[in-house]
Amino acid sequence: MNVIVLLVLASLTMGAIGLAVFFWTYNTGQYNDLDGAAERILIDDEDTDAVDS
Amino acid sequence: MSTFRREDEELFLASRPTKNGLLQSELSVPGMKCAGCISKIESGLLKLPGVTRARVNLTTKRVTVSWKKSSATPPLLETLSALGFEGHLSTPLENNDDKELKKLIRALAVAGFGAGNIMMLSVGVWAGAEEDTRTLFHGLSALIAFPVLFYSGRIFFASAWTALKAGTTNMDVPISVGVLLTFLMSLYDTITHGPHAYFDAATSLLFFLLIGRTLDHMMRARARTAITGLQKLSPEGAEVLQPDGSTQYLAVEDLMPGMRLRIPAGARIPVNGTIAGGQSDIDVSIINGESTSHRVTIGDKVQAGALNLTGSVTIEATAAASNSFLADMIRLMETAETGRHRYRRIADRVSSLYSPVVHIGALAAFILWFALAGDVHHALTIAVSVLIITCPCALGLAVPMVQTVATKRLFQAGVVIKDGAALERLSEIDTIIFDKTGTLTTGKPNLVNQDQIKPEFIDLAAAMAAHSSHPLSKTLALYATANKYEETHISEFPGDGLEAEIGGVVYRLGRPGWAAKDDGDVANDGSSCVVLTSNDKRLATFYFTDQLRPSASNIIADLSRARFRIEILSGDRAIAVAKVANHLGISTFTSRQRPNDKVDHVERLSRQGRKVLMIGDGVNDAPALAAAHVSMAPASAADIGRNAADFVLLTDEIEAIPVTIGIARRSSNLMRQNILFAILYNMVAVPLAFFGYVTPLIAAIAMSTSSIIVVLNSLRLGGIRGQQSGQSMPRRISSISPPKFHEAVR
Repeated sequence: MNVIVLLVLASLTMGAIGLAVFFWTYNTGQYNDLDGAAERILIDDEDTDAVDS
Repeated sequence: MSTFRREDEELFLASRPTKNGLLQSELSVPGMKCAGCISKIESGLLKLPGVTRARVNLTTKRVTVSWKKSSATPPLLETLSALGFEGHLSTPLENNDDKELKKLIRALAVAGFGAGNIMMLSVGVWAGAEEDTRTLFHGLSALIAFPVLFYSGRIFFASAWTALKAGTTNMDVPISVGVLLTFLMSLYDTITHGPHAYFDAATSLLFFLLIGRTLDHMMRARARTAITGLQKLSPEGAEVLQPDGSTQYLAVEDLMPGMRLRIPAGARIPVNGTIAGGQSDIDVSIINGESTSHRVTIGDKVQAGALNLTGSVTIEATAAASNSFLADMIRLMETAETGRHRYRRIADRVSSLYSPVVHIGALAAFILWFALAGDVHHALTIAVSVLIITCPCALGLAVPMVQTVATKRLFQAGVVIKDGAALERLSEIDTIIFDKTGTLTTGKPNLVNQDQIKPEFIDLAAAMAAHSSHPLSKTLALYATANKYEETHISEFPGDGLEAEIGGVVYRLGRPGWAAKDDGDVANDGSSCVVLTSNDKRLATFYFTDQLRPSASNIIADLSRARFRIEILSGDRAIAVAKVANHLGISTFTSRQRPNDKVDHVERLSRQGRKVLMIGDGVNDAPALAAAHVSMAPASAADIGRNAADFVLLTDEIEAIPVTIGIARRSSNLMRQNILFAILYNMVAVPLAFFGYVTPLIAAIAMSTSSIIVVLNSLRLGGIRGQQSGQSMPRRISSISPPKFHEAVR
């Protein structure tokens, strides 16, 4: 019984972390230019300004 | 700013200040495609003094540039064209729409999280969890479901509340009632240790519905981005000559009648006016579709939107921007749009039936079971399962999913769609009306009698023409084979032509009445011509006509084979229109049409019950585009034309027209299949729920399966990809029979 509570809480926590990470990436505009992101890996020396504000 | 530059002023007007004292401009660069383009553009722009940041967005084909206000305006567009990219200034995207999308995406993420986790717990219950564990799982589910309902559900609750307040009902009302009732009932069952809870159904219902909502919104937003991204450089302002001789750059809205404006060669005329100084040629193709340019001199009237070609002129404004030709067109267009018969989207038609049927069904179930068994709880359970199982998931996904896939396919084929309903409308058309200039033709002149002219005269004329920006000169300059006249002094007489002196001989290239004293022997068959003379003696006459687009004949042949009725409706002279029509084998054509004539023509056809597709590019077409059942405009069209059209063709060719019709018909078919499936599903599921045979497990499985089937069916549209290769396309379009199925659903 205790094991189940622990496991359920653990899975919920991990799910919540995933959700939080999604919110962070979305709010910082990391999905704004998916086509560009796919191409940018080919550029050798990119500046660190990787996110559209 | 020491030296005045018109481009700088325009850039300044189109930029907006940011927090840290910088100015931010957005440029649309349709030509960028790859990583090479990104780094070339970004590093190229960053090298400019004053530029602090340049960021390419490849998805929207835009560059955002931040630059210091204190420094001189950086030559952004010039740098881009030096790098080999054509750029346009564009207004920054509105942020309001983004907020709506952000709200939907966040709600979707939360609903997905909730639905996934509750489903995980539910599987445990279905697998046979015993008393205590079951209650624990139900309790945990309730804990997750409550915030999800609060956060993700309010999108539906708010919409339903607005509808109810207005005394109407929409699709969101049964959804909201169903979800809230389910939640409250499940909460009651959890507290009383009941065997069944429907938290999973409530949250996954929200999740699937939000997918549909988000797709629908994204499709509209993306289309808007693409359209604004194309925004061509329409005049943002003009140089106003002050009484004291100085000049001031004013925005178009601030121009008043009586002001004197200096219009340099190559600029568009911002407001209606009269020429007060100088002479030039103007291109009015965007206004009335006439393919040849006009000579204007002092006293002539010019209309807003005309392009000044060769010489700088001063005009006296006779109207403010709000009373100019462009504004008139916008008003005409708005009237046409309100007159357009109100098309009801297939989804709206279905959902207007759906909502009352579901409510009545659920209510009937409740009354029946209460009367039969007298048990409120049981009767309510049945009513709720009716509401849940008829969840319009499949219905909510049926249309947006197809539209999303179709939008993507169309974008790959170089077509942007503005409104999803346009796909449905396009699938119904039986008549296609083309504008001539810029649609069937390239809108650019082409030399037609090259083989009748001595090569040395062509060379001489080409060398002279290279010094002018008149469209005929630009064409002629392309025919240069060798450049042996480099040293020659050439002067341009705006409105007349060019003059050069070579070895004591005066050569003139220009309009016949100016270059040669005799004015005879000029054919008037709709083509324009210039003559080359030496000391008043005619050497050669060059004839030009507006060139047909290379693919026009094939496209027209394909479309007529597919049994569309095809017409040409042009503002150009009869002789020019007849030539194009005869060449393409189009028997119905009308010339010299003013904008309101075009609207009348389109409306007359609509009254006869025809569904008209209007394809046009000029400002003069915009009202007709708005009046037609559905409309298309090439990317080169005037802003107003693109805004009026439902589809914008991004490529220069019109080959995309049959492809678009093909995709529209297939997607319309798929939408109907999806909706039919959703209705059939309900016809099976509702009686089962009504008579109490549905458990939460069955409800969840049925609901998810129906949604997935709809999604998979929509993805079949992806198979249309092979159609984009030129060869298979014509066969495809002619194999599609004329519309017949749309009558069935109405």
